Amino acid sequence: MITLSNIEKVYQTKTIETVALQNVNLTVPKGEFLSIMGPSGCGKSTLLNIMGLLDIPSSGIVTIDGQPIETYKDKELAHIRNQKIGFVFQSYHLVNDLSVMDNVELPLLYRSSISGSERTKRAKAALEKVGLSARTQHYPNQLSGGQRQRVAIARALVGQPEIILADEPTGNLDSVMGEEVMNILLDLNRLDGTTIVMVTHDENMALKTERLVRFFDGQQVSDSKLIANFQQV
Amino acid sequence: MFKSYIKIAWKVLLRRKFFTFISLFGISFTLMILMVATSLFDHVFGPQMPEHDTDRLLFVNQIRVQVKEGYTNSGPASYSFFDRHVRSLKTPEKVSINSIFFQVNSYINNRKLALDIKYTDREFWDILNFNFLEGNAFTQQDVKSANRVAVINENTRAQYFGDAEAIGKEIVVDQVKYKVIGVVENVPVLRVQSYADIWVPITLKSQDFSKPGLRGTYFATIKARQSSDIPEIKAEYAAMMQEVERQHPEKDAKLFSFPDTFLESFARTFLGNGNDAGVGILYSILTVLALLFMLLPTINLVSINISRIMERSSEIGVRKAFGASSSTIIGQFIIENIFLTLLGGLLGFILSAGVLWLINDSGMIVYANLGLNLRVFAMGMLLCLVFGLISGVYPAYKMSRLQAVEALKGGSK
Repeated sequence: MITLSNIEKVYQTKTIETVALQNVNLTVPKGEFLSIMGPSGCGKSTLLNIMGLLDIPSSGIVTIDGQPIETYKDKELAHIRNQKIGFVFQSYHLVNDLSVMDNVELPLLYRSSISGSERTKRAKAALEKVGLSARTQHYPNQLSGGQRQRVAIARALVGQPEIILADEPTGNLDSVMGEEVMNILLDLNRLDGTTIVMVTHDENMALKTERLVRFFDGQQVSDSKLIANFQQV
Repeated sequence: MFKSYIKIAWKVLLRRKFFTFISLFGISFTLMILMVATSLFDHVFGPQMPEHDTDRLLFVNQIRVQVKEGYTNSGPASYSFFDRHVRSLKTPEKVSINSIFFQVNSYINNRKLALDIKYTDREFWDILNFNFLEGNAFTQQDVKSANRVAVINENTRAQYFGDAEAIGKEIVVDQVKYKVIGVVENVPVLRVQSYADIWVPITLKSQDFSKPGLRGTYFATIKARQSSDIPEIKAEYAAMMQEVERQHPEKDAKLFSFPDTFLESFARTFLGNGNDAGVGILYSILTVLALLFMLLPTINLVSINISRIMERSSEIGVRKAFGASSSTIIGQFIIENIFLTLLGGLLGFILSAGVLWLINDSGMIVYANLGLNLRVFAMGMLLCLVFGLISGVYPAYKMSRLQAVEALKGGSK
């Protein structure tokens, strides 16, 4: 479970102060599929980065499974990210110098308890889940956009994290590929119970999720349960 | 994880061919210069044939007589000085008196051959470890009887006799006939205390023996029973010098002569000050020069590394997002950099081997036999590691401070 209390994020330069997030209070229960919508620059991605411990709020408290993380040091934050969180980015962020297999294995490299053969086994299973088991030795630039995003999802789920944070995962994809990627995320949530928070611009995609939160100018403006829609999927 | 780091380092090198070339060229060229310099240093000062036991050997190659302020006379010492005062020292195992080398002429089939001749006693051969290809050194009896016998080096044998054996044959040098009794491997000219083309008994120059005075044309080579005796030998030598100074006919004359290791004797020639041979200063100068020489490519590498690493900020962001801590990232980039520098080191070795071969082959240094031995190899590896660390730590540190979210955006900090 992720809880955000009174979160504020201010970007300060020498001359300008920009408020990206203001008084955000949000709880994401375990197993929920939450989507966040709002116009560009409203603070959606900043919020996702704060939830994923990639960025720190200017004020407010973030707790993960009841543990406030504000006192955690770099190593502890890295450990939580590694164990509990998986990320899917709009522009995939695959490492072009690594093969598909090596990309997917990457999060497991930072778990010393997992052997090389176990890493390979888990990466293969993750790739199978996203339907890319035939592409393990390809490199990212040999794949289509949809395939790349599926590799990125395999990378996010390989460590079996409790939470997946997806920042516009279908934003760079056409409608067919976007649909494919969305279905994978829905399956992950429904079958494995993974908590998913997805930032999107796409109303159709958002309506497929369990709950929709809208943002405007750094503030949360609505929070609606979409259970009916969600169950139809 | 280590395998994965090496894999990605290799991929990055292949992808960025120009950067790889510049980096590797810088590293390997710098290392090559340092390796050649180290090899030269080792060749001159390290244990090499015939001066194997360098930790037990001391050389006296000059005496300085300061008669009054501002007037000094220095150079090799006289036979009588060594014979009376140095041969009688109690602490050394053996003392040899041998002349400096003189240039002499020889003629083979009307072709003039310039050779260097050195006059030595029997102890010279006991103290030093020449590699004999044929025959032996002259005996105590040969020295006592002033027999016209000679040990020649392989180059002289080749000039005189081609591939044939030389033992028992005669050579004529400055119109004096010598019977060849031994052939040794060439000794590089940098081993100035042992080097010559022909070595003959010292008694053939007996006209020098009775010459008075302290200055002359002789060296002494002293061997200690064990390396720990060296300070004792130096102390006894210093006491002896005080006594010689006291007996010197000119009042207030100051005498300076020291049994030095080869390195000390070299340092004393340029940097010596009173009793201090100046080895410390020599090492400091060489270290500063080496560091200065390494500084430029290191700075260059640091700046290339920073831009290279910043280009990979997205990868850094991804790694951080998926659980790499800042220290893990620093570790990764340092390992990558050490890998790159070791690769540069390997190329540097190959280049060095080529350059050393060229130096040996060119005859620039007479009878030089510069090589990449284990000591030089170890030094080169150490230099590579230092290089890799110095040029990798700063960029890795700078980059590790990047917040994951900034790194994912492209890293502008």
